[in-house]
Amino acid sequence: MSGDNRFLGLFYLSPYIIGLLVFTALPFAASFYLSFTDYNLMSSPVFTGLDNYWKLFTGDRTFRKSLWVTLVYVFTTVPLKLAFALFIAVILNYKLKFINFFRTAFYVPSILGGSIAIAVMWRYLFADVGIVNMGLATLGFEPVNWFGDPTNALFTITLLRLWQFGSAMVIFLAALQSIDKSLYEAASIDGAGKFSTFWHITMPLITPVIFFNLIMQMVQAFQEFNGPYIITQGGPLKSTYLLPLYIYEEAFRRFDMGYASAIAWVLFVIIMVLTLIAFWSSRHWVYYAGDKRS
Amino acid sequence: MANHILSENLALDEEADRILKAQRRRQFISATLRYGVLTLVGLVMLYPLIWLIGASFKTNSEIFAGAGFIPNEATISGYVQGWQTSTPYTFGRFFWNTFLIVVPKMIGTVVSCTAVAYGFARFDFPGKKVLFASLIATLLLPNVVTRIPQYLLFRDLGWLDSFLPLWVPSAFAGDAFFVFMLVQFLRAIPRDMEEAARVDGANTWQVLLFIVVPLLTPALISVCLFQFMWTMNDFLGPLIYLSSVDKFPVSLALKLSIDTTEAFEWNRILAMSVLTIMPALIVFFVAQKYFIEGISAGGVKG
Repeated sequence: MSGDNRFLGLFYLSPYIIGLLVFTALPFAASFYLSFTDYNLMSSPVFTGLDNYWKLFTGDRTFRKSLWVTLVYVFTTVPLKLAFALFIAVILNYKLKFINFFRTAFYVPSILGGSIAIAVMWRYLFADVGIVNMGLATLGFEPVNWFGDPTNALFTITLLRLWQFGSAMVIFLAALQSIDKSLYEAASIDGAGKFSTFWHITMPLITPVIFFNLIMQMVQAFQEFNGPYIITQGGPLKSTYLLPLYIYEEAFRRFDMGYASAIAWVLFVIIMVLTLIAFWSSRHWVYYAGDKRS
Repeated sequence: MANHILSENLALDEEADRILKAQRRRQFISATLRYGVLTLVGLVMLYPLIWLIGASFKTNSEIFAGAGFIPNEATISGYVQGWQTSTPYTFGRFFWNTFLIVVPKMIGTVVSCTAVAYGFARFDFPGKKVLFASLIATLLLPNVVTRIPQYLLFRDLGWLDSFLPLWVPSAFAGDAFFVFMLVQFLRAIPRDMEEAARVDGANTWQVLLFIVVPLLTPALISVCLFQFMWTMNDFLGPLIYLSSVDKFPVSLALKLSIDTTEAFEWNRILAMSVLTIMPALIVFFVAQKYFIEGISAGGVKG
């Protein structure tokens, strides 16, 4: 407001500025430096140039495996989750009775899903004699070895995160409900079918939230830790050994802080590059009504 | 709609009647399909939780004996023995520890994020653009990259094996998501009342406390609820920072019970799993409106 000291706003921001410097900016820079050092907590960090990165990309088979598993996990989980969330949101976006009931039922897993208790539950559900295999048996299928088989094990983690499609769905639903109904009426008068209405009216109008959900889910998926740590401990044969697990073990089990920082930076650069690609490509597919970009 | 116009203009016409009937039939089929899919998905969503609660009252021999959730002979021995744990402490202690982390974290978050969001939404100052950009950058910054130096920082401060590393960063508006959400809420609130109060001689502090905070209350409740959930579910933070069992929150205690008893005492694990999700479940059902509103506002307006 006019007449106020022009630094007054900064006063209200002071907790944020201090926190940003101490807990984010400084650690961010320190982590970059540490990734070029050998540091095991016993002595001070020794600068070793590119050694950590050299070792990562030439000699470390665990890293290559872990990186591959992480990419497979993210590129299956995120698209499946978004597609499923959007599908359910579209179904819910009609004048249905019990819409609140369904929305609640679908959202509950998102509230609890990150917890250890749910990861524990997942182990029981997908155990050899768990209810998932019992269900498959009643439908006439062979029981599946969920945790013993490398390809299935990662998929159980994906299923756990798919089960939590609720928060993405709530965001989609809110966007769908905010679309101006007169657009649909106009399309209907012009004789547009349901599919083409969805493709040419609904989809463009919700691209901003698709974009938002895509970025958020991707950043989150790259940092998945609880699921594999509790459910599979990274196994079998490192098939669920996602990079965050590897970083955790290098840093807080083996106390190899320099090497762990290097892995963290590789992960960070991957996330950043993919985020930048998403932002860059968004010019071509994200539609902002009224072309106001905030 | 075309059909609607048709029936109004040519009332009682047979043609219109036929179309109307066909349309109703189509609507009926489509509604049945929708309810079918929704019910099926709802079952898949909720059955695991129902099973979990039912199985926690089963005996160990019954847990893997069938897919039903109703125990043949209900027992609370899982709860009684699980509560005791294999440590010198009961789960009561672990719930208390969780409480000691959650409460300061919620208060710190609400106070700091409100002040910062107010600063961003209502003032102009040098560097505002850069600072707001930094907020968005923090929102997208993966924690994984700052975790190791943060650990080293807290070690040098002598905070390891205490609750401080788990809540102090949040008290400095460390959760950019909440600041962002509150800024979005504030931008949607007209400034008339605040300006009137300023004209009447109130200073910015008074405006914040007596006008902005009451208007923001629903949003602040959302912030509290999300922070509560996330902190209850947080596992990696306590895993890194806490080493003495007497300071464990429930998430770590549950992991400890798995490591020590899972080979044979399944119902204890399941019973304690149920207990650890109960606070979150209860809070969610009491206040679900705030969750849905919070998440929609944060997402759509972003």
